[in-house]
Amino acid sequence: MKKLILSTAIVALTAGVSLAQDVVRMGTEGAYPPSNFINDKGEVDGFERELGDELCKRAELKCEWVVNEWDSIIPNLVSGNYDTIIAAMSITDERKEVIDFSEAYQPATPSVFVAKSADADIKGGVIAAQTSTIQSGYVAEQGMTLAEYATGDETIAAVRNGEADAVFADGEYLAPIVAESNGELMVVGEPVPLGGGVGIGMRKSDAELRAKFDAAITSMKDDGSLNAMIVKWFGENATTW
Amino acid sequence: MFDSCADPKTLEGLSWFLCFLTSGKQLLFYRSFFIVLILLAVTAPVALAFGFGGAMAARSRIAPLSWFGKGYSAMTRGVPDIVFFLFVPIAMDQALEMIRHKIKCPEWTDPIFRGSDFVVCQQAKFPLSTSPQIYHDLYAFTLAVIAFAVVFGAFAASVIYGAMQAVPRAQMETAEAYGMTDRQAFWRIMVPQMWTYALPGLSNLWMILIKATPLLFILGIQDVVYWARENGGYKTEHFDYPHPDWRVYYFLVLLVFYLLMTKGSEVIIGRLTRNLSHGQATLAGERMRRAGR
Repeated sequence: MKKLILSTAIVALTAGVSLAQDVVRMGTEGAYPPSNFINDKGEVDGFERELGDELCKRAELKCEWVVNEWDSIIPNLVSGNYDTIIAAMSITDERKEVIDFSEAYQPATPSVFVAKSADADIKGGVIAAQTSTIQSGYVAEQGMTLAEYATGDETIAAVRNGEADAVFADGEYLAPIVAESNGELMVVGEPVPLGGGVGIGMRKSDAELRAKFDAAITSMKDDGSLNAMIVKWFGENATTW
Repeated sequence: MFDSCADPKTLEGLSWFLCFLTSGKQLLFYRSFFIVLILLAVTAPVALAFGFGGAMAARSRIAPLSWFGKGYSAMTRGVPDIVFFLFVPIAMDQALEMIRHKIKCPEWTDPIFRGSDFVVCQQAKFPLSTSPQIYHDLYAFTLAVIAFAVVFGAFAASVIYGAMQAVPRAQMETAEAYGMTDRQAFWRIMVPQMWTYALPGLSNLWMILIKATPLLFILGIQDVVYWARENGGYKTEHFDYPHPDWRVYYFLVLLVFYLLMTKGSEVIIGRLTRNLSHGQATLAGERMRRAGR
């Protein structure tokens, strides 16, 4: 009897917890179009907004969007300010030591160098990259001269005003910027495949939430809606599943 | 805001600018100026109170209280601001949630610190995950105010402590001679006179506080610097109002804002100094007396 009471109590408790957990706070950077950005109404918008809302609908969660600087996005996740990172974050072993990732929702996309002239010196020149990204890690590893910036936008500005010789970032992020620059910027050198795809970052202690998002991502992959969404935001040539 | 702004891509020239400057994102930029002003308006009195309390504690005859007052001001002055700004909000946030966790979920046996994770039960979260974003913003803002007040209070404590020491000893002796108690002498003689000595130091602190408000950005509050950088940045066609890198103009606006704040403060502090010198046993007070004002 005692056992029965105890187990009912535990069931009641866990039910209470899952009820309270129905609101999931989604952390994003809001400065990485088209993946995530603040639109002109001042709301979070982009591929990951649409994807995140759809995933939450499928997982029957209520999601609330929170904007956090890229630099402190992992520390603020583990200290519990929000519950997920959905900010074009590549799955890497280094990050996996601190947080867990959902299944990838976007395949690994090649990273590219973009410069003002086709003969820019990538090996010897200054390469701009966003702080704590796989790209900045790669540039440092290759022994190139790295200039780090807090946001993607600032890396582009650094190339435009001559502070850096080239910028190294996700091809999907740079593509619209190059296309709209009227020939000022161009892709140079070979694309570099980096990272293990883009996933949702979660606390290691949140296995339950991770399972929910994994299931939702799989269901979106299966019915093709994920690919359609990628094409909608990144264009016909985007890497899909 | 206006009906004509429904399709910004078709607009040109002045009407484009009018729509751009009244878009939701721009309104958030304008709003952030008020956030800074509110921060100043709230922080300044709180920091002054911290400073006054610190100075009183430092002067106390009770040894532990005096150690506390002196320690507070020495420690906070010695630690770099930015370390304090990063430490205070995180430490307070986690301490608060740990206490709430102990009270609300005593049946939890899982550890709170798991590897790098800080995990408390859902009911112990503050604010609750279910509360609207505005409460999270207000909470962050409150933590920021406390961090600012602790840091600037320490500087103010040292300024006020010095000012209290600067009040001529003869004034206090006279008060004692009139039979005032320590408490009466402190509140009626020392405090009214010390402001004139404290004002130069305090006004300096106020100026530094104005300049320090962009530190809000580090605390994750979307202040003027955040919106200037965000709105000024290069905007691709994904946005309703694509534009090149305009950060320099946005930062120019910030420059003007902060210069105006400084100028306004100088005028007000100048007036305060004049008023406080009135009838004081200081050089400035003496000069005013001679001039017959």
